[in-house]
Amino acid sequence: MTPLNRFQMAWRAAQDIEDGMVVNLGIGIPVLSGDYVPKDRDVFIQAENGIIGCGPLAAAAAADADLVDAGSRRITLRPGAAIVDSTASFAMIRGGHIDVTVLGAFEVAANGDLANWDMRTPNKGPLVGGAMDLAACARAVWVIMEHNTRQGGARLRETCALPLTAVRCVKRVYTDLAVVDVAPDGFVVREMLDGISRDDLQSRSGARLAFAPDCGVLRAPPIEETK
Amino acid sequence: MPIDKRIATAAEALHDTPDGACVFISGFGGAGFPNVLIRALRDCGPRELTLVVNSATHRYSYTHELIEAGMVRKVICSAARGHSKDLSPFEELYRDGGIELECVPQGTFAERIRAGGAGIPAFYTPVGYGTDLTRGKEVRMFHGREHVLEQAISGDVALIRGDRADRYGNLTFRYAQANFSPAMATAARCTVAEVRMTEDAPIPHTEIDLPGVFVKRIVAVGGEAGQ
Repeated sequence: MTPLNRFQMAWRAAQDIEDGMVVNLGIGIPVLSGDYVPKDRDVFIQAENGIIGCGPLAAAAAADADLVDAGSRRITLRPGAAIVDSTASFAMIRGGHIDVTVLGAFEVAANGDLANWDMRTPNKGPLVGGAMDLAACARAVWVIMEHNTRQGGARLRETCALPLTAVRCVKRVYTDLAVVDVAPDGFVVREMLDGISRDDLQSRSGARLAFAPDCGVLRAPPIEETK
Repeated sequence: MPIDKRIATAAEALHDTPDGACVFISGFGGAGFPNVLIRALRDCGPRELTLVVNSATHRYSYTHELIEAGMVRKVICSAARGHSKDLSPFEELYRDGGIELECVPQGTFAERIRAGGAGIPAFYTPVGYGTDLTRGKEVRMFHGREHVLEQAISGDVALIRGDRADRYGNLTFRYAQANFSPAMATAARCTVAEVRMTEDAPIPHTEIDLPGVFVKRIVAVGGEAGQ
């Protein structure tokens, strides 16, 4: 059993992005998903700073300081792209026009509560950005995160210990070990890695896991992890 | 007298900024930072400022120079975390209680400014409900969901950056340069715009992104587009 790396987790989430969706990808692992959306699906990637239709990163020679995404990366536009100001961009988010946002997280609770903005690092200033707006108002919130912290702690929990980003918002979690839905009664495992047992997955989780009747195998193609 | 909002230097455009002013600063991710105006404001030296700026510490913005110079009493922003492990000038002051901070979800930040410029004193939003950032705020149910009451922000001076302007103050933005500028321009009593170039002929109405009604002073600062 080899846990998925960051790129494989991004790939797995991208496979669930549907044709015609408008999606917002958080910084970190989620934004990598943009490269793995199947080519036959026509998807608009929205960025909080007003880009509607982000394309791939710009080549160095073509990079333009005024054309950046929410992670300050110099990007290109896809055909049909539009650009609006921040108020219109967040009207799009709050108004329910974003089909899915994929976000990174520290913790997700069994009721869908999300903690992804404040790790309580001593003396560092807070940074919330657009996380609360997206988590509260996107039509669906998916999370990509490692199943456990570096110290082995569970990120899937009964309740979040870290400060909340939004209450009862997460629909699905992609980890390096499993794909887990947040259902009305709590976590339901949809897919898990080959070679890990249900007991083992449960022991790595901080809340009770149910297993879908058709629980499948979590697979991703080999993708080399680069910086 | 024919309208002409063009002013020769940034120093002249900001010379009357009083102590205690509430100053908006636009820009996101490297696009639209009014860095020439920020340096000119630093050199003017007003004290006890309240800055309304999306990021207190963005590496491409000179906002931190105002904070380092001890000119800032309070920051209203969505991001106050420095980029390095070491504490930023803001974080050092914040740790020592030398600066006040109001951290706001980015969409709420944008909408509070929009409201300030649009004559709306406050509004209800679902964003931030149940989190530390809205603690103590009035909560009301709409459509079966909790919303928090957020107050508008209006202020004295807005520093924004555009691409081209005419003598009427009409201006254009390149790509994602607009971000918070249109809202900030409406919410400040005196909006000062730095632009790459000014034009003698009126900009055609189909090209204007921000009408001159919202812009008081224009300073041409030169430079190459997209650099």
